[in-house]
Amino acid sequence: MTGHGEGADGLPRSVVVVGASHAAVQLADRLRLGGYTEPLTLIGDETHPPYHRPPLSKAWLKGESTPDQLVLRAAEHYSDNEIEMLLGTTVQRVERDGDGVALHLQRSDGFVETRTFDRLVLATGARARRSDIPGSDHPDVLVLRELDHAQRLADRVAAGPVVVIGGGFVGLEVAATLRGLDVAVTVVEAGRQLMGRAVGPGTAEFLLAAHREMGVDVILDAKPVEIALDGDRVRAVRLDDGREIAAATVLVGIGAEPRTELAEQLGLACDRGIVVDERCATSDGHILAIGDCTVQETGGAARVRLESVDNACTQADTAAATLLGREVPARPVPWFWSDQGSWKIQIAGRIDGHTEVVVRTDPSKPRRRVTLYFEDDQLLAAECVNAPADFVALRSALARGYRPSRELFADETVPLKKLLSAVRSA
Amino acid sequence: MPKVFYVQPDGTERVIDGVAGDSVMSTAVRNGVAGIVGQCGGSLSCATCHVYLAAEDQQHFDAPSEDEDDMLDCTASDREDSSRLSCQLILSEGVDLHVTIPDEQA
Repeated sequence: MTGHGEGADGLPRSVVVVGASHAAVQLADRLRLGGYTEPLTLIGDETHPPYHRPPLSKAWLKGESTPDQLVLRAAEHYSDNEIEMLLGTTVQRVERDGDGVALHLQRSDGFVETRTFDRLVLATGARARRSDIPGSDHPDVLVLRELDHAQRLADRVAAGPVVVIGGGFVGLEVAATLRGLDVAVTVVEAGRQLMGRAVGPGTAEFLLAAHREMGVDVILDAKPVEIALDGDRVRAVRLDDGREIAAATVLVGIGAEPRTELAEQLGLACDRGIVVDERCATSDGHILAIGDCTVQETGGAARVRLESVDNACTQADTAAATLLGREVPARPVPWFWSDQGSWKIQIAGRIDGHTEVVVRTDPSKPRRRVTLYFEDDQLLAAECVNAPADFVALRSALARGYRPSRELFADETVPLKKLLSAVRSA
Repeated sequence: MPKVFYVQPDGTERVIDGVAGDSVMSTAVRNGVAGIVGQCGGSLSCATCHVYLAAEDQQHFDAPSEDEDDMLDCTASDREDSSRLSCQLILSEGVDLHVTIPDEQA
């Protein structure tokens, strides 16, 4: 049977990926490496060739990386591998067309066309959530997600103090980078701890001290109510307790919203993201979705949204296997990283459902802290601050399904890599 | 232009013209060399860019930093004396490099 318009070999007659960032590029590579030779098209609304987003808040903002160093792949890579790149192109509308899809496209130069494809993969990503308090529409109230956003932020570095609304990864990375450039920075966080969605309270407390030491003014439990203007300039961020924090520029870092518009046009199930199963199939079983735009069925009650380069790559590998009719690879343990100034945070696994916490510190290395999370005495997740080797050992153990008990970690003087060496030789 | 010779575990080789200042990792990833993942983009966070550096090329580099050294103990494929994280190997004008890619990265 060759259902859904597949060729005689069971492979799609063409694949289109809407989106042209980490997940999309990884998927295209996986398909070509997997021997897929039919037409393959990536559509991205940004005009820049696909690039690394993580450095935008760090090396790029510091002026340490050039546009060439930011690209995910060299231009020849796409042509050599016959990956058609439609950049600066927006998908206005999508509809089903027989077994495939028809996409109504608009290029940045105004050119409009309709193209049809056999298999559709949505890799539409997420957009930065904007603030809705009065004054937020001022041009110096910025977000950071894309290269053009980063350019606007870089252009404002010399303008004066910056207030960051939101103490998550992006906001704290920018705050630390700006301190390195000697810019006055205040971070205003609505919650009682920093990075509330990403790390446990102990790690957050540890990093709060780190940021204060860097000279970042951090205000917790604070709700901004207005961006106060002075004529046509930003003057301050006003908090609900009446305080005004002086600002020339405001960066809003309050999370991201999955771009689900096309999925909704197609009637696909969405739940704060496009719902996908373990094959990356959406609710119609045929159209796939990968990366930041998705939420994943986990078998348990709660759906999970993972926003990371790691997840983008993992889901791309999965979608490639699905399209090629191969067995879907085992899902590795998710991991995340954030570099905040000289502080490196790495997380393996997810801490939800933990019942116990063990903290490992080393008096001779005061900037280092490893927090281990256990569920019913089995290792569940780990947060590592300035402990990259411990992180790699822990991630590798978790990825191999090794879930050591608390007891193994009792002796703090034995390095983790030694404790976990059993799993490597297993 | 410095060249980098990438040898896969099965012996196949790809030669890439690199740019001085770039790393062996970023040169590989940008050109789609299989087996070098470099998920973190070179911030010494992921240890998925492990390579074996040819003996004759080792003179061009300082010994691994403490963090790199520690991380190499924990890579997916076994560490050898020639093991390096390729994000830490920066290309220089006039210096060609030869690396072998291990079986497994993650």
